[in-house]
Amino acid sequence: MKLITAIIRPERLEAVQTALQAVLDEGDHYRLSVETVEGHGRQDGEVEIYRGQRVRANLVEKLKLTLGVNEAYVEPAIQAILRGARTGRVGDGKIFVTPLEDCVRIRTGERGSAAI
Amino acid sequence: MTQLANAPAPVDPGSTAWMLVSSALVLLMVPGLALFYGGLVRRKNVLTTMLQSFAAMGLIGVQWIVIGYALAFGASYGGWIGFDPRLLALSGLPYTQNFADKAIPELVFVMFQGKFAIITPALISGAVAERMKFSAYVWFVLLWATLIYCPLAHWVWNAEGWLFKYGVLDFAGGTVVHISSGVSALVLAVMLGPRRDYRPGHGAILPHNLVLTLLGAGLLWFGWFGFNAGSAVAIDHPVAGHVAGLAFATTQTAAAAGALTWLLIEWWHQRRPTSLGLASGILAGLVAITPAAGHVTPAAALVFGAVAATMCFLAVQMKPRFGYDDSLDAFGVHGVGGLIGALLTGIFCFIPVAGWAMGGGPGQFVKQAVGAGVAVAFAAAGTFVIAALLRATVGLRATDEEERDGLDISVHGERAYHQVISS
Repeated sequence: MKLITAIIRPERLEAVQTALQAVLDEGDHYRLSVETVEGHGRQDGEVEIYRGQRVRANLVEKLKLTLGVNEAYVEPAIQAILRGARTGRVGDGKIFVTPLEDCVRIRTGERGSAAI
Repeated sequence: MTQLANAPAPVDPGSTAWMLVSSALVLLMVPGLALFYGGLVRRKNVLTTMLQSFAAMGLIGVQWIVIGYALAFGASYGGWIGFDPRLLALSGLPYTQNFADKAIPELVFVMFQGKFAIITPALISGAVAERMKFSAYVWFVLLWATLIYCPLAHWVWNAEGWLFKYGVLDFAGGTVVHISSGVSALVLAVMLGPRRDYRPGHGAILPHNLVLTLLGAGLLWFGWFGFNAGSAVAIDHPVAGHVAGLAFATTQTAAAAGALTWLLIEWWHQRRPTSLGLASGILAGLVAITPAAGHVTPAAALVFGAVAATMCFLAVQMKPRFGYDDSLDAFGVHGVGGLIGALLTGIFCFIPVAGWAMGGGPGQFVKQAVGAGVAVAFAAAGTFVIAALLRATVGLRATDEEERDGLDISVHGERAYHQVISS
């Protein structure tokens, strides 16, 4: 099991969802959490105009996607996020993959892969 | 002024109705101002900023009844100040008494003027946003309204006032309201010092919600019809007549011209027509037409709006060079717009006298300049004295820690916005 955390451009969410659905949805709904985050990397912040001055924000708004997947789905999920989120410009984001020790479905108490 | 106790003076129903509506419209400008200013500050200071406007409704709403009206519109002492013990708490003012020779109840006039007294000190709050100590602000508003606004209103608007007799035209408060508050805003901003995070040339402190600001600008525009067209009360009889119609038309025209001008300037300047620019243009046009609303033509009002928006834009652009932190541009819009309006009135007025461009010679222009100069000097000196007094007693500024954490939570114990998660 792996935990995939992806930082993406907000406007790419729909494309990423479509791509993830194609590889993860097998008649059931696939699982995904989305948060709004702000941060900075190489990309410059947006330029706003305030009182005739150009002002550059120092933080950029992004979406953070979190999904837990079983081993067989790790690579397909990564590829799907790449397909949906990539524009080729600075600021496309990152994908972090970390080992997932356990997973518990609260409703039933199932553990591990069955609960993913 | 005296009426037989058993025989109420006849009122003009149309005029009375219009003045009642106008009074309510002017009050609506105060929440409008609160929204306008509230949207421009950071989210940690939105409540304290809006409260500065709303507090004036409570404070001056009481002050005006207790003593304000007596000082501004009571029997004149040499044209310098009014007073009449019967007007203290309005205790000797029969509800059946009419205002002067106008066929409206005097109580309606008291209410109408009271709303002006409320909004004027609230305008100043834009210059001191995000750092002034709330208790100092409360004292300042009370003292300023009593010692600066009431005398100035008496000089310019009372039939015995010395500037009125001299011939200064100030239809709805370009001098009494906007020059006085704008100049006081500048003095107070300088005395307070800039916000701890204000570093001109290195980024800007950005507005947290321009939606509020636009909503506020819309309410101000709407309320301004009462402000200006209601001010026909000083001239016309019956009030709701041709002059009120003229003031309504010039108000609408100047606001639109101001909005359009500022938008076009920004479009050219940074290639971005901004919503804050449009909102500021609305205000610049409205401020400038205020002294002239019932004295100029709608065509002249186009000039008022365009010139005021251009000059206010330039003033706002130049502000960073001077280093003072007029946070929300109270001076840049109300001070500059008020001065432009007062002077242009002397050029374009056609009733009751002809201005410089209307074949009347420079006489009225000179009178307007004198009126504006007196207002600048009096407001600046008075504000300096009041602020110096407060600085030596209650202190003017919030502590650095309060300012850092935001005045909403540290002074008022409230937050405007909570995380959705904890609601």
